[in-house]
Amino acid sequence: MDFLRPASWEEALAAKAEHPTAVPIAGGTDVMVEINFDHRRPEYLLDLNRVELLNEWEVGEENVRLGASVPYTRIMEHLRAELPGLALASHTVASPQIRNRGGVGGNLGTASPAGDAHPALLAAGAEVEVESVRGSRFIPIDEFYTGVKRNALAPDELIKTVHIKKADGPQQYSKVGTRNAMVIAVCAFGLALHPETRTVRTGIGSAAPTPVRAKEAEDFLNAALEEGGFWESGKIITPSIAKQFAELASGACNPIDDVRGTAKYRRHAVGIMARRTLGWTWEQYRGTGRTLEGAA
Amino acid sequence: MRVNFTVNGRPQEADDVWEGESLLYVLRERLGLPGSKNACEQGECGSCTVRLDGVPVCSCLVAAGQVEGREVVTVEGLADYAKQRAEHSGACGTGACGSSASDGKQGTALQAAQQWSAKGTDSQTGEGTELSPIQQAFIDAGAVQCGFCTPGLLVAADEMLERNPSPSDEDIREALSGNLCRCTGYEKILDAVRLAAARQERQGEAV
Repeated sequence: MDFLRPASWEEALAAKAEHPTAVPIAGGTDVMVEINFDHRRPEYLLDLNRVELLNEWEVGEENVRLGASVPYTRIMEHLRAELPGLALASHTVASPQIRNRGGVGGNLGTASPAGDAHPALLAAGAEVEVESVRGSRFIPIDEFYTGVKRNALAPDELIKTVHIKKADGPQQYSKVGTRNAMVIAVCAFGLALHPETRTVRTGIGSAAPTPVRAKEAEDFLNAALEEGGFWESGKIITPSIAKQFAELASGACNPIDDVRGTAKYRRHAVGIMARRTLGWTWEQYRGTGRTLEGAA
Repeated sequence: MRVNFTVNGRPQEADDVWEGESLLYVLRERLGLPGSKNACEQGECGSCTVRLDGVPVCSCLVAAGQVEGREVVTVEGLADYAKQRAEHSGACGTGACGSSASDGKQGTALQAAQQWSAKGTDSQTGEGTELSPIQQAFIDAGAVQCGFCTPGLLVAADEMLERNPSPSDEDIREALSGNLCRCTGYEKILDAVRLAAARQERQGEAV
């Protein structure tokens, strides 16, 4: 095994071009587990800790440009207003020790359907900026996940920045697990209201081979809210609409039975979480004064 | 490969490090510092918690090569680290000033760290050994049973008290949520952290 220690982004890209099999390591919270358990013996480890720009973020007009290695702790502390869904999701990641090391780039690189950041990214709307010596490109988050633990990265590409839409309305995140800390999601659900475009976006985790949006549920809800004039009036969403939305969200799942839960349970739980997160965010939108910040 | 980094305020050099090796392995097997415990090797239990540039991390998930040029504090250096912090309080908000000494006397020498033990002069464990306030509080509150999880809990709890001198019970539970203990049921551990926080507060008032 070789340990590659690029001091800059350019050096990192050059190293990845020269050694496409090199495994990038930043927080190490996925990669080191595999190495410790001898599940993986990569020929090269590509340490990204010295690449400063991966640890930085910038809040722009419309987007937050989040460096791939920015630890979850920083997102919770500094980006709660701009990225409320992702901040809530970050707070459910493992433990303080893990959140101090792991970041969204690692979640995307590993591309596990259970990664906590994915539903929040899908709901907020995001693009992943990846780069190689050949140039850079932006991959819409909806096209990023290509299979179980597979993503759209080419072998010579590295994840540089995640461009996430700043919240223009309330966002929520819900995760089912057997305990509060140190738990891999049985399933998870992210929901974001986008009052500017009068749309609702969703993200489902751990209930399909990849993280997915509940597109049919979104389409149904967007039409129902528009038709009923809900965005203007801010009135309570009719229970029948919420119920239908929940059922369609359940239907968007394609889960399996595994040690963490059954497919049937996951479908059921996703429906419940869809209804609840819709209720929470809509209450916030209506401005009833019930504070929900930090609710997870 | 060779890795140069600072451990408990003193520069150290580890040789013949395998590229896939963890920081935990380097600390325990190459530097002879077995205080950080090796249990799950997957970041679940927190018993290997150390400070990396001041931040609590699971040392089993840090690749050895990643610590080149960086600063690590282990439980063996915790007493000195806390002492430096107390002496510099006000001047150093981060507490990461244990290694900034010019006389070279600060920090914990590797040999001293290797020989560290909470041996008592009689029945009272810890007596005669320099302890950090959190270590003393763990003893006084009876928060140690088998002791395996203790080093990780000490490092995590000490860091929280540095950041948050008056933690609520929720703050304590959250800060220690990455550390598993199979003996105590956690109540005595929570007591110990509350005790350390209260003592810290009282001391602050006295000054």
